[in-house]
Amino acid sequence: MMKRLISVLFFALFLALSYAVLQMPPAGTPDAPSYNHTTEHYLANALEETGATNVVAAILTDYRAWDTLGETIVLFTAIVAVISVLRKRPTAEVIRDE
Amino acid sequence: MNDIIVKTVTRIMVPFIQMYGIFVILNGHISPGGGFAGGALIGVSLILYTLVFGVGAAEKKFSHRLGDLSESGGILIYLVIGSVGIVSGGYFLTNLDAGFLKGEAGALLSGGMIPLLMVAIGIKVTSTIITLFHAMIEEDPS
Repeated sequence: MMKRLISVLFFALFLALSYAVLQMPPAGTPDAPSYNHTTEHYLANALEETGATNVVAAILTDYRAWDTLGETIVLFTAIVAVISVLRKRPTAEVIRDE
Repeated sequence: MNDIIVKTVTRIMVPFIQMYGIFVILNGHISPGGGFAGGALIGVSLILYTLVFGVGAAEKKFSHRLGDLSESGGILIYLVIGSVGIVSGGYFLTNLDAGFLKGEAGALLSGGMIPLLMVAIGIKVTSTIITLFHAMIEEDPS
């Protein structure tokens, strides 16, 4: 009984979300909500303010340089975790024998 | 892998892949690409070398020590370049206001700190890919 109720609930949720997807503006239209004044500012002023012709690079390493620093630190943390688990330690045997 | 064709082709291809990776990194501010894409290219060339010639030969080319140094060095270069902004009286990671060379649009030396940060990111991504791959492929002898 409970299982059937949950599946009906999920089906209703699925229908609602499908309706919401159909209401979204088609991809690439200029009046979509994601194209706001921030996008316009970047496209109009990136060359003047950074001197780089690649706007993506200008956003990554000038406007959002803090975010890229965070990304780099994520890579560093991931590699430190992997090395601390996987890399061989030649001293481990010696310590165990003593 | 002990195949003469694969070994010969790899020996010819690896320098070209690495040169293309360096090209993508250095042109990150004027054409599509950048530190992440170029670093991945150089890392992939070293993965190809490891697969063909074995871990032992590859670790002579890219040792653990070099991996550790470039792993920390990439972030340190990034932080030092960011601190120039503070020294010159602005915010952390200030670009043109901190006195970096603006240059002519489209030239290799332009965009202020963007190419320098791209080089730092490229070093970081390269060493991350190859260190991860070597750490996973190394077998415990015991």
